[in-house]
Amino acid sequence: MYRRALPYMLSLPALLVCIGILIPFGTAVYYSTQRYNLSFPQARGFIGLENYIDFFSDSAFWNTIEISLLYTFLTVVLELLLGLGIALLLRTPGRFNNMVSILLLLPLMTAPAIAALMWKLMTNPNFGVLSYLISLIGFDDFRWASSPSSALFTVVLVDMWVYTPFIMILLLAGLRSLPRQPFEAAELDGVPRSFVFFRITLPMLMPYIITATLFRLLDSIQQFDIIYAMTQGGPGDKLMVFQVQSYLEFFQYTNVGRSAALLMVLWAITYFLSNLFVKHWLKLRERAHGNA
Amino acid sequence: MNHTSTAERIIRGLLLTLVLLFFLFPIFWIFLMSFQTNEDILRIPPSLFFTPTLENYVALISGRLSTVAGDLDIAFMRNLWNSVLLSSLSVGVALILGVPAAYAFARFKFRLGENIAFTLLSFRFAPPLLVLLPLSLYFSELGLSDTYLGLVWVYQLIALPLILWIVRGYFEDISPDIENAYRIDGHSWAKTFRKIAIPLARPGIAAASLLAFIFCWNNFVFALVLASADKQPVTVGALAFVTASGIQYGQVAAAIVLSVTPTLLLALYAQRYLVEGLSLGAVKG
Repeated sequence: MYRRALPYMLSLPALLVCIGILIPFGTAVYYSTQRYNLSFPQARGFIGLENYIDFFSDSAFWNTIEISLLYTFLTVVLELLLGLGIALLLRTPGRFNNMVSILLLLPLMTAPAIAALMWKLMTNPNFGVLSYLISLIGFDDFRWASSPSSALFTVVLVDMWVYTPFIMILLLAGLRSLPRQPFEAAELDGVPRSFVFFRITLPMLMPYIITATLFRLLDSIQQFDIIYAMTQGGPGDKLMVFQVQSYLEFFQYTNVGRSAALLMVLWAITYFLSNLFVKHWLKLRERAHGNA
Repeated sequence: MNHTSTAERIIRGLLLTLVLLFFLFPIFWIFLMSFQTNEDILRIPPSLFFTPTLENYVALISGRLSTVAGDLDIAFMRNLWNSVLLSSLSVGVALILGVPAAYAFARFKFRLGENIAFTLLSFRFAPPLLVLLPLSLYFSELGLSDTYLGLVWVYQLIALPLILWIVRGYFEDISPDIENAYRIDGHSWAKTFRKIAIPLARPGIAAASLLAFIFCWNNFVFALVLASADKQPVTVGALAFVTASGIQYGQVAAAIVLSVTPTLLLALYAQRYLVEGLSLGAVKG
């Protein structure tokens, strides 16, 4: 009897935490079906799916979708390419390469909100070193995050600064764990390097690339810290990604119902992605622990 | 693969230099800025040569900033202390809750265990605001918004999945035979767990704790939504700093340096475990 109850007793506290998370989650689902504005508490009431239906005719919603997807696409693709490139450069283990790969972890371990602050200081129009450097090559009035035309570029750059090392270290770990034989055989046969890369390295590295990509997709579509710290979603509505928009909807316009509905849309996207992720990740994990 | 030409070596070196420049220059530059006076910072063109000053740090640490317009109080040390407190308490609680659960999930196959593990994992990937916004309303009703307790509880969302999944992987790698042998000697289950399982999984527990600490420290949105002014950690405090009037840029830079130094040092120390931790145990580094 005692033995049968043991695993349940051990996991009880963790279960309580789960319940503690599920309660506010349930509340959010409930809010999303309500007309609920903190400034007009008396108008509160159940409206079913109206918050969601309203989205279809709401240009702010479509703007959020567009910006979020664009941001996610740009950051993930650019970070993947750059991260893969750096991992390939550092592939051979050695003192110098290892030191570089460790140093590159520093941006990743900087709080993203603080990283945004660092870039904000460097791109300040009055004294920012980057504003100065870019004026030397002819961009006299480049306004970085404060101009609508370069705001997205700037936050994508900061995101790349923070998260490229993440992709880099996963892929580097992957590259270094690949078996040597196929590469040695290819070299003996004098196979061209581009062929080795596209037909051997890349396919063998694919599980790692997929893991890194899914991790980044899930984080990037929910990006809040960098954008909020940098511009609070501005200039205008230029950077109103999902979480920034719903944060402002909640705290600035006190529209709880709408904010919750918007987050539910984001949740649906992440739920889909995280299912893909978990399936893939379980396979990988089994292999990692199987080989250990 | 050993016969690399000189041209290739040069290109390789050049590319790596560019990479290092992009990723390290911001840290280097902010570090310099934190030792500059406002006049040095505002000078154009920016210069690498200046007389370093500790004024910015003195102002932050003493909490008083003297300007022409009068004295100003800075609560930055309070933010720093809050970060230390929140991160270490959260990791401590996550260890107490997570390590036994991780053990249970690794040793006993039971449905509830998988469900808990996956619920926590799925919330690791859900939008944090979805949980935080309703919580902010609950917190003000329950009177939790002004307490460390409420924040530490919510920080479990960051720390617990990490501890649970990484430590579980370590327990799974340990053969149960050792534990069984010890049990046959007549030792109780609790003693086996304490004397055999935990020491064997110690590297995993240490790695997971360090990472969980770093992630708690670096978190921004949880405290932004839930913490009252005097409970805010450095991430939120530093941001408020920029917009506060009378604060000088050198002090912002110094605040940034103080807020990132602990995590960067820990990361350098724990770098062996980072790959495994960052992929929640999916990739072994």
